[in-house]
Amino acid sequence: MVGDAISHSVLPGIVIAYLVGSQTQSSLVLIGAAIFGVLTTIIIDFLYRKLKLQEDASIGLTFTWLFAFGVLLISFFAQGNVDLDQECVLFGELGLAFLDKIIIDGRLYGTKSIATLLPAFLLVLMFVVRGFKGFQLNAFQAEFAQTKGIKTGFWHFALMGMVSVVTVLSFESVGAILVVGFLVVPPATAYLLVNDLKRLHIFSLCIATLNILMGYFLALKLNVSISPTIITVSGVVFFLTFVFKTTKFRLFNSPRIPVK
Amino acid sequence: MISSTLLLVLFGLAVISSVAGVVGCYAFLRKRTLIGDAVSHAVLPGVAIGFMLSGTKDPIALLLGGLFFGYISIISIDLIHRKSKLSEDTAIAIVTTVYFALGSVLLSVVSSMENGQQAGLKNFLFGKVATLTELDIWVFSFAAIVVLVAVVLFFKPFSLISFNKDFAAAQGWKTNNYETLISVLTVLVITIGLQAVGVVLMSALLIAPAAAARYWTNSLPKMMIISALFGILSGVGGGLLSLVGEDMPTGPWVVMILFFFTMLTLLFAPKKGYFAIRRRTQSNERKINEENVLKILHQLGEMGKEEASIGEMLDKRRMDTTVLLKTIKTLKKEGFIEVKDSKKIRLTENGKIEAMRVVRLHRLWELYLTQQLKFKEDHIHGTAETIEHLITDELEEALLKELDYPDMDPHAKKIPY
Repeated sequence: MVGDAISHSVLPGIVIAYLVGSQTQSSLVLIGAAIFGVLTTIIIDFLYRKLKLQEDASIGLTFTWLFAFGVLLISFFAQGNVDLDQECVLFGELGLAFLDKIIIDGRLYGTKSIATLLPAFLLVLMFVVRGFKGFQLNAFQAEFAQTKGIKTGFWHFALMGMVSVVTVLSFESVGAILVVGFLVVPPATAYLLVNDLKRLHIFSLCIATLNILMGYFLALKLNVSISPTIITVSGVVFFLTFVFKTTKFRLFNSPRIPVK
Repeated sequence: MISSTLLLVLFGLAVISSVAGVVGCYAFLRKRTLIGDAVSHAVLPGVAIGFMLSGTKDPIALLLGGLFFGYISIISIDLIHRKSKLSEDTAIAIVTTVYFALGSVLLSVVSSMENGQQAGLKNFLFGKVATLTELDIWVFSFAAIVVLVAVVLFFKPFSLISFNKDFAAAQGWKTNNYETLISVLTVLVITIGLQAVGVVLMSALLIAPAAAARYWTNSLPKMMIISALFGILSGVGGGLLSLVGEDMPTGPWVVMILFFFTMLTLLFAPKKGYFAIRRRTQSNERKINEENVLKILHQLGEMGKEEASIGEMLDKRRMDTTVLLKTIKTLKKEGFIEVKDSKKIRLTENGKIEAMRVVRLHRLWELYLTQQLKFKEDHIHGTAETIEHLITDELEEALLKELDYPDMDPHAKKIPY
C-alpha cells in the first residue's frame, strides 16, 4: 500500500524536475521523484509515530496531499507545456511515446522511452536473476533469512529501489495511477495460477506481455487511450482467471496451499 | 463580484463537504479510509456509463452509475480478498486501477461522441466546481440530506459497529446489513462529491476532516459536527481559490486547505495534539526529577549530612548535571530547598515533608513487594524507583494499612513518617 502511495506522491518531484530542466531529462526526473519518495515515507512515519494518527489515515492523507500539490504545480506553471498536463499525469501518453525519436545522423535509432526503459528492464532482469535467492528469502521468510546471516534490509531496499525506479520511468508512458496496475495486476493473476516463485516470474511476464499486446491493438481498433485499455484488459484477464480458480478448475494440478 | 450563482455553488460545496465529513468519521473509525480511496477511483466507469445512457450530463444518471460501480468495487475487493490467497492490499490495488482504467477508456469513448466534448467529463478527474449546475446542486443536496437522515436514524448501530463490531453483533444487531448500509452511504457521498473534488482526491475529503476532528473530542456526535465544519471550511475555501484561476481544478485546492487544517490540529490540538502531549510528558519528567533530587537530600540527611554540595549529590545518584541544576532552581523557587552562601544545599521544613513522602512511598512499596508478593530483595528497587512517583494518597493509605504501619523496609532502613 505504501508503494501505491509513493507512486502518487512523487508527482511534485517529477513536476519540479520538468520545470527546472529545460527538457525532459530522465536523470533529473529520477532525482526529483526519489527526493519526494523519501519525503513521503518520512511524512507518513512522522504522522504515524510522532503525531499518533492511525496508519491508514496517515498514508491516505500524505499521498493525496502531495498529489494535489503536484497537480497544482502543473496548473500553475506548466500551462502551455506540451510535455506535461493534468491528464498526462493520470494516463500517460503512450500513444505519443513513439514521437520522441532519437535520430542521429539522419538515422532512426529508436524512441526515447525505449532508450530509458530497455536498459532499466535489462538491469532489473539481471538483478532479479542474480539476487533471486535473496529476494526469495526476504519475501517469504525475512526472519529466517536474518538468522542465516542475510542482510534483509539490503534486499528490502533493493526491491523498493527497483520498484521506485520502474515506477518513475514508466510514469511518462502510463501515468501515475495506472502504473500501480501495471505493477500489481499481472503478478496477482499469475499468483492465482502458480505457487512456485520462478514460475510466478515467468507467468507474470507472459501475462503482462499478452495483456499489453491485446490492450494495445484493442485500443487502436476502438480509437481510445492505450494504457487504460491495457489495464482494463488486464482486469478482464484477472477476472477470468479468478473465476477459473474459484470454480475449482486446476491448472498443472498444483496443490492449493495458501502462501502468505 | 458575489453573484447568486457563486453563492449557490458555494452552498453546494458546503453541503457536499459537510456530509463527506460526517460519513468520513465512520470510515476513519473503522480504519477503512484506503478502501474509500479505491471506491472513489472506481466510480469513474459509472460516471461515464451514466453519461452514455442518458446522453447528457444528468446528475441523477451520474449518481446511479457512480453508486452502482462504487458498490460493485467494494464487493469485488471483498470477494478477491476472501476467495483467493491475495491480500486485501493487492485486492484494493487491482480494483482501484482496473476500474479506473475502464472509466478512462469509457471517458475517451464519450469524448469522441457527438455531444461528449461539451459534457466536460474530464472535470471529474480533479473536480471543477464551476461546472456545477443548479440542477446538480439540488440533486446532490437532496442525496446529502438522505445520507444525513440515514446517519441520524441508524446512529446507534453504526456507531457500535465502528467502535466494536463483535460487541454490536453480540447485542443482536445485524452487523452485515448495517455495514453494507454504511458502504452504500459512503459510495453515495463519494459520488456526489465527484464533480466538485474529482475522483482522484475525493478520498481526502473523507479522511482528513474526520482525522482532524478526532483530535478535538472523544464524543462521536461532536466529532461528526467538527468534521463537517472542517469539511465546509476546506470545501468552500478550496472552491473559492479554484475560481480565481481560469483553468484551475478544485480538488487539489480543497486538499491543500484540508491538509493545512489537519496539520494545525495534529500539532496544536488541546490534550491530543503533539505539543500538548509533549508538554504533559515534560511536566511529568520535571516532577520526577524534583522528587528524585528531594530523595537524594533526604538520603544524605540520613547519613548525617544536613547540607550537600552539587558534587556530593551527583556522587549519591547519577544524574545529568544540567538537569540537576535546573531542578534545584525550580525546587528553590517552590520553597522546598534553600541554597546557602557556601553553595551548599539543604532541605526546608516543607522540603523535608515532601522528601519523606517520596522516600516513604519507595520503601513501603519495596516492603509490599517482598512481604505480600514474595519478591526477592534484589529485584525490588527498580519498580519502586518508578512507582514512587505515581502512588496517590489513597493508595499510600491502603499500603500502610495492608502492611500495618511498618517501621523498617526490607533493607532495614527506617521508613520515615
